[in-house]
Amino acid sequence: MKKIEGKTKAHMTVTINDEAAEVSFAPYKTLLEVLREDMGLMGTKHGCELGECGACAVLLDGEPVLSCLILGVECDGRDITTVEGLQRDGRLHPLQEAFADLGGAQCGYCTPAILVTAKALLEKVANPSREQIREALSGVLCRCTGYQQIFESVEEAMVRMKSGSAQPEEAKR
Amino acid sequence: MMRLPYFRYRAPRTVSEAAKILAAEGPEAMLLAGGTDLLPNMKRRQQVPGTLVGLRSIDALRSIANGSGLRIGAGLTLSQLAADARVREQYTGLFQAAIQVATPHLRNMATLGGNICLDTRCNYYDQNYEWRKAIDFCMKKDGDICWVATGSKRCLAVSSTDTAPALMSLGARVRLVSDGGDRLVSLGDLYRNDGIDYITRRPDEIVTEVVLDPPGGWKSTYWKLRRRGSFDFPVLAAAVAVKFAKGGVVEDARIVLGAVASCPVDCPDAAQGLAGKKLTDAVIEEAATVASKKAKPVDNTDFTLSWRKRVARAFVTYALCEVRGDDMREQRIKVARHSLDAAV
Amino acid sequence: MSADSRKFSVIGVPRRRVDGRAKVTGQTRFADDVVLPRMLYCKLLRSPHPHARIKNIDTSRARAHEGVHLVLTGADLPIEFGILPVSQDEQPLCSDVVRYVGDPVAAVIAKDELTAFDALHLIDVQYEVLRTYSEPQESLDHPEPRIQDYGEEGNIHKRVSFSFGDAEAGFDEADEIFEDMFFYEGNTHLAIEQHASVAAVDPDGKLTLWSSTQTPHYVHRALAQVLEIPAAHIRVIACPNGGGFGGKSDIFNHEMVVARAALVLDRPVKICLTREEVFYAHRGRHPVLMRFKTGTKKDGTITGMKLDTLVDGGAYGSYGVASVLYTGALQTVTYHIPRYQFQGCRVFTNKPPCGPKRGHGTPQPRFGQEIQLDRIAERLAIDPAELRLKIVEKPNSLTANYLRIGTIGLGKCIQSVVKHSGWKDKYRKLPQGKGVGLACGSYLTGAGLAIYWNKMPHSGVQLRLDRSGEVTVFCGAIEIGQGSDDVLVGVVAEVLGIDPHDVRCVTGDTALTPVDLGSYSSRVTLMMGNAAIQAAERAKDLVGSAVAAELDVSQSNLVFAGRRVFDGRDPKKGMDWRNAVCLAEARHGTLGTVGSYTPPKSAARFGGGGVGPSPAYSYTAAVVEVEVDSVTGWIGVPRVWIAHDIGRALNPVLVRGQVEGSVYMGLGEALMEEQAYRRLPAKHSNALVHKFPSILEYKSPTSHDMPEVITELIEDPDPAGPFGAKEVGQGPLLPIMPAVANAVYDAIGVRIDEVPITPDKIVKALDDKARGGPGRYGPNVFPDIDWPEPLQVPPPWEGGDGKAINKPERKRAAKLARGS
Repeated sequence: MKKIEGKTKAHMTVTINDEAAEVSFAPYKTLLEVLREDMGLMGTKHGCELGECGACAVLLDGEPVLSCLILGVECDGRDITTVEGLQRDGRLHPLQEAFADLGGAQCGYCTPAILVTAKALLEKVANPSREQIREALSGVLCRCTGYQQIFESVEEAMVRMKSGSAQPEEAKR
Repeated sequence: MMRLPYFRYRAPRTVSEAAKILAAEGPEAMLLAGGTDLLPNMKRRQQVPGTLVGLRSIDALRSIANGSGLRIGAGLTLSQLAADARVREQYTGLFQAAIQVATPHLRNMATLGGNICLDTRCNYYDQNYEWRKAIDFCMKKDGDICWVATGSKRCLAVSSTDTAPALMSLGARVRLVSDGGDRLVSLGDLYRNDGIDYITRRPDEIVTEVVLDPPGGWKSTYWKLRRRGSFDFPVLAAAVAVKFAKGGVVEDARIVLGAVASCPVDCPDAAQGLAGKKLTDAVIEEAATVASKKAKPVDNTDFTLSWRKRVARAFVTYALCEVRGDDMREQRIKVARHSLDAAV
Repeated sequence: MSADSRKFSVIGVPRRRVDGRAKVTGQTRFADDVVLPRMLYCKLLRSPHPHARIKNIDTSRARAHEGVHLVLTGADLPIEFGILPVSQDEQPLCSDVVRYVGDPVAAVIAKDELTAFDALHLIDVQYEVLRTYSEPQESLDHPEPRIQDYGEEGNIHKRVSFSFGDAEAGFDEADEIFEDMFFYEGNTHLAIEQHASVAAVDPDGKLTLWSSTQTPHYVHRALAQVLEIPAAHIRVIACPNGGGFGGKSDIFNHEMVVARAALVLDRPVKICLTREEVFYAHRGRHPVLMRFKTGTKKDGTITGMKLDTLVDGGAYGSYGVASVLYTGALQTVTYHIPRYQFQGCRVFTNKPPCGPKRGHGTPQPRFGQEIQLDRIAERLAIDPAELRLKIVEKPNSLTANYLRIGTIGLGKCIQSVVKHSGWKDKYRKLPQGKGVGLACGSYLTGAGLAIYWNKMPHSGVQLRLDRSGEVTVFCGAIEIGQGSDDVLVGVVAEVLGIDPHDVRCVTGDTALTPVDLGSYSSRVTLMMGNAAIQAAERAKDLVGSAVAAELDVSQSNLVFAGRRVFDGRDPKKGMDWRNAVCLAEARHGTLGTVGSYTPPKSAARFGGGGVGPSPAYSYTAAVVEVEVDSVTGWIGVPRVWIAHDIGRALNPVLVRGQVEGSVYMGLGEALMEEQAYRRLPAKHSNALVHKFPSILEYKSPTSHDMPEVITELIEDPDPAGPFGAKEVGQGPLLPIMPAVANAVYDAIGVRIDEVPITPDKIVKALDDKARGGPGRYGPNVFPDIDWPEPLQVPPPWEGGDGKAINKPERKRAAKLARGS
């Protein structure tokens, strides 16, 4: 049985963005803190640390969850995807391309959370309706966009994934 | 960033192992299931358990099985619960309650057991330590007074669980396991109308499963009031289950209100008034009026209390109309801000 | 730059923003992402009392706590600061008086955040509680004790009074008089990024501060003042902001504190506010009580308007002097108002300070004005859209209060939303419970004056070119999500005929970039854009002269396009961009150019006339559709049509994002957001606390709460703007709140004259109507205020020259004289 005592650092092995990694951290830390402070993965953001804004969303075993409310010590052996894990073979994920092109990211602060959430959605449903996109993203607050360009970005990514035209124009990079 | 305090952590693999830890550690230990209720409370220093007993390694808590009705493991996430076809089709009110909890992300973490045991909530309590210090604390934590009603002898924090009213309307029972044994209690008996002492679960007990009777003839629904289409806790809810005899005559009914007291509020008078009748507009109106009298919200949630009280009747009406078979989809979308079928 | 109509290759083309890739990969480095070796963490101890005198602070237990490196109190940072030179009223840490729950009194710097947090509770502070002011009325009623020891008398911070013509004479001429009161509740920015700062001592011994700030230049000045070290030895780096909306445009205590701590310890020190603390940092929308009196002819022509505002400022000055002036500044730029009187009063209360939020001081009176116009239209039996079209102010005109308007696309905006929404088939024609409402607004494209008086440019841009072909553009402007980096790069690329991806940009760094005053008042696109055009045109000249000499063609015939420089009459005769730059470097030496922008001189030459003038005004019209339940008052917004007069859309993707984002924020303000406070019963407690400083209970609309938005951009290039562009970041918010209110009236026949418009207020208004009342929810009382004698400024059409014709005695001097 796993046990954590006192202030000794905890230790875990995880699969992070498809790579095995080991990390030691202060035992009271949530996954959010471990990612940002002990693994150097700053892409995951935070806006309340109480589960009230959604900015810290990551995929845990493929499901969108809030990293601010998951103990680091409960993540041993699990599979974690953060925004840093969306690129493949040096190329942006179609969602990333679409968000960059269509105004899905303004300040960019909630964007990592929205992106991983949308990724999980598109992996479950290839062709989600606008209503399904709204619902999937309803756990992440965005103060900049009014969501409309976010919805459009997800829909555009969907189209690009289907047609395989994920590569951007040269000028956009 | 808000930080958790230090704690000891245990991750038992079986219920009995967990129960032994609770017995040994005493009330200093708390159960950690999804963490979506306890961890914010710990960050705000409302609860500072010495030991956390993590339940996520106990596979037995995540089963869902047909018995004489349905036995649902308390460790299932609300997403898993809402995705179950039996729940969706046969215990609709429970599905509608589960799918409207918080947000998709939180439902992927929060468990059924956690939602049943959800700490009562209050605008004077769910605050950081510094804020509570500024008001000189309240009786639920570190203080003596109830700021909601300064003359009140008991804490008026609000029951904010969505699933409990729905489960109560379905006549659910829960299994509580401790080192000393286990007991099955009807959900209504799990709660007390006291914001501090709101649950009859002893600190050494674990809610392991929810037991539902066969759906035979029952139709259920759950209507939730909250400001926004996601995130928010209920500030009023109407859970209704009706068993129809032939010809649309009501054989039995239960009406339970959520978020209007420190526990879910059963409305037997209103429900019994339906028996032997068809759900005509007049019958529904009468039942809604009687039920709404039991809604006694206080000023400690979003929205004004007088308005919450006032709309209770409308919400019971929506619920009864839906079980009658009215097409309430448009009304549902207006109230919930979305279709409940949108979750994937 | 004149508004021209030539073909552009970058401008006006929907394009991936230059920082798009960084933002979608999580590589954008926000302030809290800055991590330095040996970094320590800071937490602030904040006052639990709304108003109290600090009797004693004992930090000994905290200092002795393991892991604590330093504890600072007010004594360590005695110098006051403030964003406005006239309101230097904040201390980094209070040493004498605390003025709201959340006012910082001490700082702990420790090895980690948890240790710092734990040590906060080991600091013992003794307070003597003072009288608490929770509402403006209390502040008006009780002059003592004073929250601030400056300002006017008692707890009045600032009163202003202006007469631009004789409003009473206007009322005498009127066929109808309308008198209405409105209340606009305060709300806050709620950027998802919480304010963060990191301070460090550089290897050369100088100070660097990374911060989530919209105004690094002002922070830079304040740090020099508070720390008493030369500004030249301080570097402020504004990290891209994770949302600003005005909330990061002030100078903050925590920035001063970590800077001092880093200097004392010679180690990097970080602070990141919790969400609760962000609600205390606030500087959000002022709660404003308004009284409008408007006279009109039967045809709707306005004959005169009088506006009084009572502004709840919170505990500190912040931008407040400007804010109170803004509550009366822009009434005249949308519709022609021949005579206009305005009086405004800002009072101090024991709440977090209010300041500038998107629209700064203007959404509140716009809310009142546009609802009143709806009433006027109804009484005069004129369609609200037709009424507005009739009275729209003319382009190239000077208003009663001496605001110089250039282009005005408001008429086109109204026509657009009327057409697209199907207004004529819907207004007063939808079934009970459904309704449409129309409203308009206008906002400045940059404030005409800097925060502090100076004659220097408002924005500077520097350009560096070298033989690699790379162009680097430097500017002090700050990327807060609005797309200022993209504007900067886009403008330079357009002028030089290269691709935006060829331009590197460095922004928001006081050590590297020329001064730009900051990302506030919708000033960046116009001011930075014009400066960038000037710098780029100068670079083009350098490159052009070298290429012309080499090719032996006239420089005036050269075209810069498609990463080439060539003879426009013989496009084959030319060279690629890199070779052109090499030639220029050979001919002129190392290449660099600068550009700068200073707004035109204002026509307003009276005291207080500095607030309102702008190089250009944007215009917006919106139609909002609502559904209201007649039993519960439950309100939904299925659709919004909005048209915005942008001048020219530099990057339409970003422009639309700003419009839709403004609609979003406007709907939040209209329907649910409020920075509300709770006063606990006096016999048990003296507490005055933020009702619920959390992102759960401060209701920001989710993806389910956002309607479909149909946006149209009206492009009529304004000569003042870069390529004709005007602002878009703030203006589109303005019509939303009154349009919602007007739609509710159309739907269900009740007037909600305050925001937020909530179901319980609708039900109360319905009850009122059922009892035979007017069916209204809103304020009915405007307190008596001892207004100063108005400054008389005759409008242009009465022979005025922008100067006041009287010299009212200053109120404070008069009172003091009487007192002595």
